[in-house]
Amino acid sequence: MDKSTFETKSVINGPMHAALKHDSAHKHVTGSAEYIDDIPEPAGTLHGGLGLSDRAHAEIVSIDLSAVKAAPGVIWVMTAEDIPGFNDVASTGQHDEPLLATAEVQFHGQPIFAVIAKTRDQARRAAKLAHIEYSDLPHWTDIDTARANNAPNVIEPMTLKRGEPETEIEKAPLRVQGHMYIGGQEHFYLESHIAMAIPGEDDEVTVWSSTQHPSEVQHMVAHVLGVANNAVTVQTRRMGGGFGGKETQGNQFAALAAVAARKLKRAVKFRPDRDEDMSITGKRHDFRVDYDVAFSEEGLIHAVDATYAARCGFSADLSGPVTDRALFHADSSYYYPHVRLTSQPLKTHTVSNTAFRGFGGPQGMVGGERIIEEIAYAVGKDPLEIRKLNFYGLRGSGRTVTPYHQEVEDNIVARIVEELEASSDYQARRQAILEFNENSPVIRRGIALTPVKFGISFTMTAYNQAGALVHIYQDGSIHLNHGGTEMGQGLYTKVAQVVANTFQVDIDRVKITATTTGKVPNTSATAASSGSDLNGMAAYDAARQLKERLIQFAVRQWKVAREKIEFLPNRVRIGSEIVPFDTLVRAAYYDRVQLSATGFYKTPKIHWDRHAGRGRPFYYFAYGAAASEVSVDTLTGEYLVERTDILHDVGKSLNPAIDIGQIEGGFIQGMGWLTTEELWWDARGRLRTHAPSTYKIPLASDRPKIFNVKLAEWSENAEPTIGRSKAVGEPPFMLAISVLEAISMAVASVADYSVCPRLDAPATPERVLMAVERLKAME
Amino acid sequence: MHEAIRFILNGEDVTLGDFGPTETLLDYLRLRRRLTGTKEGCAEGDCGACTVLVGRLTELGLRYESVNACIRFLGSLHGTHVVTVEHLAGDDGTLHPVQQAMVDCHGSQCGFCTPGFVMSLYGLWLSNVAPTRADIESALQGNLCRCTGYEPIVKAAEQVSASRPSALFDPLERDRTEIMAKLWSIRSEMETIVVKKDGAHSIVPASVSALTDILAEEPDATIVAGATDVGLWVTKQMRHLDPVIFINHLTELQSIASDETGIAIGAGVSYTQALDTLSDELPAFGRLIDRIGGQQVRNMGTIGGNIANGSPIGDAPPALIVLSAELTLRTHAGRRTIPLEDFFLAYGKQDRLPGEFVEKVFVPRPAKDDHFAVYKISKRRDEDISALCGAFSLTLDGDGKVENIRIAFGGMAATPKRARHVEEALLGKAWSWGVISAVRDLFDEDYTPLTDWRATAAYRSLAAKNLLTRFFLETAGQPQELRRFELEEA
Repeated sequence: MDKSTFETKSVINGPMHAALKHDSAHKHVTGSAEYIDDIPEPAGTLHGGLGLSDRAHAEIVSIDLSAVKAAPGVIWVMTAEDIPGFNDVASTGQHDEPLLATAEVQFHGQPIFAVIAKTRDQARRAAKLAHIEYSDLPHWTDIDTARANNAPNVIEPMTLKRGEPETEIEKAPLRVQGHMYIGGQEHFYLESHIAMAIPGEDDEVTVWSSTQHPSEVQHMVAHVLGVANNAVTVQTRRMGGGFGGKETQGNQFAALAAVAARKLKRAVKFRPDRDEDMSITGKRHDFRVDYDVAFSEEGLIHAVDATYAARCGFSADLSGPVTDRALFHADSSYYYPHVRLTSQPLKTHTVSNTAFRGFGGPQGMVGGERIIEEIAYAVGKDPLEIRKLNFYGLRGSGRTVTPYHQEVEDNIVARIVEELEASSDYQARRQAILEFNENSPVIRRGIALTPVKFGISFTMTAYNQAGALVHIYQDGSIHLNHGGTEMGQGLYTKVAQVVANTFQVDIDRVKITATTTGKVPNTSATAASSGSDLNGMAAYDAARQLKERLIQFAVRQWKVAREKIEFLPNRVRIGSEIVPFDTLVRAAYYDRVQLSATGFYKTPKIHWDRHAGRGRPFYYFAYGAAASEVSVDTLTGEYLVERTDILHDVGKSLNPAIDIGQIEGGFIQGMGWLTTEELWWDARGRLRTHAPSTYKIPLASDRPKIFNVKLAEWSENAEPTIGRSKAVGEPPFMLAISVLEAISMAVASVADYSVCPRLDAPATPERVLMAVERLKAME
Repeated sequence: MHEAIRFILNGEDVTLGDFGPTETLLDYLRLRRRLTGTKEGCAEGDCGACTVLVGRLTELGLRYESVNACIRFLGSLHGTHVVTVEHLAGDDGTLHPVQQAMVDCHGSQCGFCTPGFVMSLYGLWLSNVAPTRADIESALQGNLCRCTGYEPIVKAAEQVSASRPSALFDPLERDRTEIMAKLWSIRSEMETIVVKKDGAHSIVPASVSALTDILAEEPDATIVAGATDVGLWVTKQMRHLDPVIFINHLTELQSIASDETGIAIGAGVSYTQALDTLSDELPAFGRLIDRIGGQQVRNMGTIGGNIANGSPIGDAPPALIVLSAELTLRTHAGRRTIPLEDFFLAYGKQDRLPGEFVEKVFVPRPAKDDHFAVYKISKRRDEDISALCGAFSLTLDGDGKVENIRIAFGGMAATPKRARHVEEALLGKAWSWGVISAVRDLFDEDYTPLTDWRATAAYRSLAAKNLLTRFFLETAGQPQELRRFELEEA
């Protein structure tokens, strides 16, 4: 035990609310942090490669795999017929997602067979040698073509309605109708998907999977193998990024590796090449928003009617909850007196789209902010004025009910925006920009301040539960395990802080261990920003129980009243005695006190009736605002982000350093989505932006030249969350809408701000230039 | 003739004689040496997760450069020092200052890109004691991070350069003399190396004249300098290449010299090596180079390779064409020199005979009052491939009339191509806004661009015309190009 045990100190290392470093930072910088591809391979490990569809939609007429089987190093070629259980990895239970295609392929790049070879290189090369005959069927890859073909929905659409939108929309003095395209986004986690399976005895298999949802991988592997869940163990120490892309999409690689491992009785690893990963795993949904808004001459919204249509891909995957969440955030931060919102989750012949940070919320909000822009240009005001005019009110204002009939009870958006407006010097800078633009023929500037209000909780109520397992060993060291996964967001660090804080021990006494389905069962995906809310509370629950047992033991052993027991840093005051923590633990062990506990948490208050479109889907809201300034070249559409100021609400931060990192990173990722990241399919339905050479995420040189990020330090969660903190994973992503709108203002300048630029996303230089040309022509 | 290459890997001397011509350094490190700190993110030299340093002897002495191990073939490592992330920390686990700064600034989240960033920052730290923000961003152009938003990484770079601890802390500073001696000794024993594995050949010629002899016998061999293009033929298209001739070690091809007649650039000169000279002589060209690839690609990729592969979207050729550059090609039998623009015959087809290689490009010095500009347009400003790239060179006579004008574009046709109709229409006319407006649309006679994932045909056409406008404004003293950093900062 380290000597700090006997030191008298006033605070422990690593309490809650401290700006601790990421627990793996030291390992990251030395290259010793172990990702799945770094684990020493068991002797005889085999490697998988995938044979992919060369058609967007076709019947498979014949498959000739003889050349594949004859290729050097090939051990086995696996097709759907070789799957012992169910040929299905649909996370929704809709059975619409085969692991390997059989009679029909539904997107270009869909896996048809797998090659197992001695080396990864051999497997990849062999997979190219198949002769597959197809008979083409009609295909469509985008929303408009899907509509033109009367494409089915992949899941029942949802409608949110409040008031009398059908009639009230006729009654306001002003009305605008329009539509907007919002592009999708590739996750571009730096570590591609990977899984390694090792067969065990009987029907067992252990799978190392780069997944945000080990329990689902476990259930999927069991389903595909046709064995009980208890035969499968899934382990995840860390991912090289997830962002939602590893919520359901890892299922296929884990299942393929497990089937091959069981069959061949060898360890099998699947690691797709980056191009394959990008072609065969889902992305953020693209949307088309059709809106109709009625408002007063001042710009006060009276009624909104909007349809959110999404490119869902060939199967449902998470498209239901994603398109639902788009509607939940179509109000952004604004009160709509009369509203109807409808989703249209369209089937397309593209890879099935999936979770991605914000989960439809960003698309919902971009649509909502477009409506604000339309109003602002229609009434000739700064969009910020229109925003403030339409914010949800405080309790009792009569302007607090959302389109889904949840009351906004913790509204701080006005304060956040007001503070940021002052600290960013918004008004003076906007004035300076207006003057600059008057005298600058080519380069134009723009500024925008946009708010964020993001609902926290899984809208699938059952997912709002978590478990943890905490052991204290005889030497006083603590073993922590919970159902959350670490993808870089610092969850392990935050939860360890909770446990260290509860026992009042230094955090280095807490060993953070890999997530495994064998220790904590039936876990939820680490998603919906909920990781620390749920797992922090579950770990706290386990630690609290153990602490209580130690207290009761001390009461018995030392014969003191429990009020006389106090946990001090690394030691415990018991009456007049001070006992080192590990001494107390060892004594408790000899007294046969159970030093292991499971913890559990379920989010209170929430409920949701999707059919009725009513309930309280969110436990609370997280808020924020950003002001961005850009320069745009109106000859080419190129732009630079000059400055961004952010004020963001994380409640009482569990770890300000990690939270700032989430805000900065989320903002930049959101900025990429709305600017340079463009997915492009060709006429054959092939995704042609399938690698970093063609798909452009932001670089260091794309971030704002001046970047001021602050936490709203006065904020505390109104609900009793862990340490009164708030979730931080997704909300900052939407701060980037300020960049899109700042570019939009610069574009608007070419028509003297008289026309809404209707700039679609992503605002590539091309889209910006074309918007400039459109506005010039209208003037 | 030798049958193995020799290099240093971290602290170890390596003699390697069993590798294929397209085996990558990354696979060697991860699969054969279990040095798993170096990661594979994309296998195409675009994300930087596999960044390592390669030290090589140049005219300036031992120079360490960041490179992408994923597209670096083993055959290109003879006589070099390969440094991976595992080499940085002390034996007692003490972090290198660069690593410590990344920890202190919260520069890692998921950590997968981190070793690559550490190595890029280390390369910068070794070569630049007081980097500006522009230098830091330039050094990080080839490294993608999806978690942090980069702010803490840039701060780490600033912090570590501000306080440099003793050189002894650094393994490369500490062992520099010894490493140099070893590399000199490898070079002095240079003979042509041929490594055979599974019937495929890697050839490392002892000299340029040995190269000509080998090419005479193997006229269809693949010549690899930087491998920033050929690397992808292997990792993405899984092509079999045999034999492969590696030329990146041939310092004879790496001289860049300027005199009153112009600039002579050896075919093996990397973008990085060319940067200083070109920035001094032709600032616009220097700024273009800073937007080609990331630092790792600029360290590996060569101007000769950018020409020889004949890509329609290569960035250097349009600029070189308007500068009237000449290309020298060489075989066993001798040399010939042609105007560069004549080299590009058709898509994927160049005027290079079997057994011939690009030896040198010569850029005549523009007259003092000539105007030269090159503008690259891409979705993302840095480390992207051009949607289009336009180059302009203009000579005005005493009356402000166009005496000579050359305009060439990449990304607008199957090859880098001149805008002859526009040029002709401008010749002899007043260089005025009225004339420019009148001739802009003639670009439609010169080019019929394609629509693809980088841009639509409509955008390419419009942007090409607008770049002529930009060039006009620039010659009129109204530069309109957005620049992230002003020149004095860079």
